[in-house]
Amino acid sequence: MIELKHISKVFPTADGDLQALTDVTLTVNDGDVYGIVGMSGAGKSTLVRCINLLERPTSGQVLIDGADLCAMGEKELIRTRRSISMIFQQFNLLMQRTCLKNITFPMEIAGVRGEAARKRALELLDVVGLPDKADAYPAQLSGGQKQRVAIARALASDPKVLLCDEATSALDPKTTRDILRLIKDINRRLGITVVVITHEMAVVEEICTHVAILDHGRVMETGTVEEVFSNPKTEAGRRLVYPDRVVIDQFPAANVVRIAFNGGSSYEPLIASLAIDCGVKVNILGADTRNIDGKAFGTMLLGLPADPAEAAKAAAYIKSQPDVTMEEVRDYHG
Amino acid sequence: MGEFIMKILEALFGGGNTPVSQQIMYLQMDLLKDIWETLYSTVIATVFAYVIGLPLGVILVTGERGGVRPLPRPLMQVLNILVNLLRSVPFLILMILVIPISRAVVGTSVGTVASLIPLVVAAFPFVARLVEGSLRESDRGVLEAAQAMGCTPAQIIFKVMLPEALPSLITGFTTAFITILSYGAMSAAIGGGGLGSLAIVNGYQRRMNLVLYVAVILLVILVQVFQSFGGWLAVRVDRRINRAAKKTRRPKPERAGVH
Repeated sequence: MIELKHISKVFPTADGDLQALTDVTLTVNDGDVYGIVGMSGAGKSTLVRCINLLERPTSGQVLIDGADLCAMGEKELIRTRRSISMIFQQFNLLMQRTCLKNITFPMEIAGVRGEAARKRALELLDVVGLPDKADAYPAQLSGGQKQRVAIARALASDPKVLLCDEATSALDPKTTRDILRLIKDINRRLGITVVVITHEMAVVEEICTHVAILDHGRVMETGTVEEVFSNPKTEAGRRLVYPDRVVIDQFPAANVVRIAFNGGSSYEPLIASLAIDCGVKVNILGADTRNIDGKAFGTMLLGLPADPAEAAKAAAYIKSQPDVTMEEVRDYHG
Repeated sequence: MGEFIMKILEALFGGGNTPVSQQIMYLQMDLLKDIWETLYSTVIATVFAYVIGLPLGVILVTGERGGVRPLPRPLMQVLNILVNLLRSVPFLILMILVIPISRAVVGTSVGTVASLIPLVVAAFPFVARLVEGSLRESDRGVLEAAQAMGCTPAQIIFKVMLPEALPSLITGFTTAFITILSYGAMSAAIGGGGLGSLAIVNGYQRRMNLVLYVAVILLVILVQVFQSFGGWLAVRVDRRINRAAKKTRRPKPERAGVH
């Protein structure tokens, strides 16, 4: 279990202190795939670096299975780091070593050498699907292959935790899916707790069980992916979950509401039945639908009629539906 | 035929007091010994310069704030000032300044062995800066990965920084070797042997023009050979380069390091 308690991080700069993280508290349980998501500059990378103390928090505690990393001496910290692996956006492989030697590296520094290390590395190359690349150098591999080698290297020390810092952000969409599938597979088969840092909601949707939304160095909300995606409670959450793909200024309408589907419902029947049952026509200004674990989630931006009576009728009808929540959009500029 | 060549040589190089035939005899007697002395003193001086300069260069990178193993800032400042100080004294003057040290260490201040002392003193700060430059090129991300994996500072230095920077270190070594070679030629001023002495003392001061030119041409050839070999080796060991692309890559041009 990873517990971050009241983590703050301040970087002193020439222009004064930069508050990167403010009072971050969150808990990652064993076996979770925990997504930490936020816009660039939200402090995600700093936060993940606090978990293995690559960045030392200015205040707060980092507890791994109850042991406080910040209170450890250097030797103990080094030993603890060997049970927390990390993969990176830029892969960070040793360019002058073969893939095999990259994978044996964590074992080498921990004192495991020779045939045992070699055998384990070959097994891991198999796990990540690159059995024929043992003697290749990283420069000879594609981005996706490099990340696979990095994952194999991360697994070599039999870690309890795998930290992924924007691990798929430098990869194309197909390779991204393959790598995410591999990470998910590793989480399921080996029971390794995974912490994923990303700015892409699609990544969270694909593999995470839990998510924390980070904005300006603060945790805005946390919860299961279902909870947060179906009904984000904060503005930062909404911005990430529903990146407004439509410019609403293009659609003049008086009363704009955002409705959220919380699973179990489908989209067209609601709008169609609204027209049939109430005789009210609404304007769909935008829609963003997702499929999470087989359930329908999503949001729709509707323009209600200008007539207040008709608008109220439509609103009442929508509110009466199960698995649907509605809210007025105040920041709409008609 | 031979007589014709001799006439041309005489016309070109016979301006001094020594006829060309005598200059050739002189070269036959001394040339091999001088080449040997040049190589020998350059190699020895380079070895000692690296014995001191390599660790110093590593410390200059790893000891700074935010480095792998930060050291107290006053110590780092002293090291930096020391390196800058030694780097800023022209070699010709440095040779004279270290005479007391040469006397203390080798018992004399004249001769090839004594000339090694100023060579090393001049070269080790240069080597330290070259090593520093090579290590600063290392990818911060890779160092971070090593740290995250639980490497000790020593493991980061010996298993990550130095091996990853090997091609650049070889390129730097080539530059250092060539610079020390040219410093060595200057040490003829304090009685050091080798091709420099051949060129300066016998070629220039005794006005044996043929000897002068032969010595200079040999120095040029030596530099070319070592530069080419160093450049080739740096590319050869670099695994960042795909074999197929290797042919088109050329070694970086070197900045001359001579004062």
